[in-house]
Amino acid sequence: MPQISQLMEVYGSQFFWLLIVIGIIYFGIAKNMVPKISKTVDDRQKRISDDLAAAQAGQDKAEQIEADYRTSINGARNDAAAIVNDAKAKVAKKNEAAIKRAETALAKKADEADAALKTAQSAALKEIEAVAAEAAQAIVKTVSGAKVTATDAKKAVKAAF
Amino acid sequence: MATEGKIDPMHQFEVQPIFDGFTLFGQQISFTNSALWMFVVLGLLYVFMIGGMKRELVPGRWQVMVEGVVGFIDNIIANSIGPNGKKYMPWVFTLFMFILFSNLLGMMPFGIIPGIHPFTVTSQFTVTGLLAAISFSIVLVVGFWKHGFKFFSLFIPHGTPLWMMPLIFSVELLSFLVRPFSLALRLFVAMIAGHILIKVFASFVVQAIDAGGASWGIALLSILFIAFVSALELLVCAIQAYVFALLTSLYISDAENLH
Repeated sequence: MPQISQLMEVYGSQFFWLLIVIGIIYFGIAKNMVPKISKTVDDRQKRISDDLAAAQAGQDKAEQIEADYRTSINGARNDAAAIVNDAKAKVAKKNEAAIKRAETALAKKADEADAALKTAQSAALKEIEAVAAEAAQAIVKTVSGAKVTATDAKKAVKAAF
Repeated sequence: MATEGKIDPMHQFEVQPIFDGFTLFGQQISFTNSALWMFVVLGLLYVFMIGGMKRELVPGRWQVMVEGVVGFIDNIIANSIGPNGKKYMPWVFTLFMFILFSNLLGMMPFGIIPGIHPFTVTSQFTVTGLLAAISFSIVLVVGFWKHGFKFFSLFIPHGTPLWMMPLIFSVELLSFLVRPFSLALRLFVAMIAGHILIKVFASFVVQAIDAGGASWGIALLSILFIAFVSALELLVCAIQAYVFALLTSLYISDAENLH
C-alpha cells in the first residue's frame, strides 16, 4: 500500500501543500466568501418577511377602509331613507291639507248653491203664487163675473197649493 | 498504469513528484501529483463559490446551489453545536467542501484522457490524518480553553456510581483519544476501498478480453459491476464528506457545550 510504504518520504510535502490549500480555502473562501453568501440569504429572507409584513399591513388597511366605507355607506343609506320617509310624510300631510281645503271649499260652494237654489225656489214659488192668484182672479171674473179681491184669490191659491 | 503488463490496483495511490521543490526541516517538499490535485480541488471550489457570489435577490440555479450548500452546513452546525457554533462554521465548511470536491474529483473518469492520471487526495492517510488532527486539536484547545480541567468531566457521564468512575473514565478517555484516528481512517478506507474495487474489476475486463472466447461474458459482467460500484461510490463520496463534517461538529459540540 503506497500510503504506508511512502509515508515517511511524502508526509512533509503532503502536509505542506495540504496546509496551504486548506489555509486558502479557510481564509479565502470560508471566512471571506461564505459570510457574504449567508448575508445574501439572510437579506433575502428579511426582504421576503418585510414584504410579507408590508402586504399584510396593506391588506389590513384595505380591510379597514372597506369597513369604514361600509359603515359610512350604511349611514348614508339610513340618512337617505330617513329623508325620503320625511319627505313622503310631509308630502302626504300637504296633500291631505290640500284635499281638506278643497273639500271645505267645495262644501261651502255646495252650501251656497243650495241656499241660492232654495231662495230661487221660494222666489219662484211666490211668483207662481202671484201669477196663479192673478190667473184665478181673472178666471173667476170671466167665468162667474164675480169679483174676487186679490187677497181672497191669493188666499185661495195658497190653500190650493 | 500497467507495469510489465500487470495491472496494479494500488498504483493509483502513489504520490509522485512532478518537480522537486525544496527542503524544509529535513523533508523534501516536492510539488507532487497529490499537491497538483489539491490545487485543482481548490480551483474548482473557487469557481463553484464565485458562481454563487452574484448576490442577486432572485438567485439563479448556480447561486441556489451555492446557497444550498452554505445553508446545509449552517444547519449541521446549528443542529449539533447550537447557537455558539457560528465561529466553527468556516472550519466545518472547509472540511466538507474540500473532502467532497476531492472525493468527487477522484471519481471523475479523467483517466480516459491520455497523460492524465486522476488522483484522489482523500485516499491518502497523510491528508485525512492531518484534517482529523486539526479537528481534534480544535476540540482540545476549545475544551481546555473554555472549561479548564473541568473538561475531563466529559469522560464521566451523569449518574455514574462512584466505584465505576475509574473504569468509565478510562473507557471514555480511550474512546475520546481514538476519535481522530477513526475520523481519519473512515474517510481514507472508504475512498481507497471503492477505488481498488473498481480497478480490480477493470483489470478483470482487460484479462477477460485478452483470454477471448466465452470470457467476454465476464468482461461484460465486470463492466456492469464497475458502473454499479461507481454509482455507489458517488454516494459514498457525499456521505463521507457529510460524516466527516458532522462528526467534527459533534466533537466540537462536546468541547463547546460539555454535555
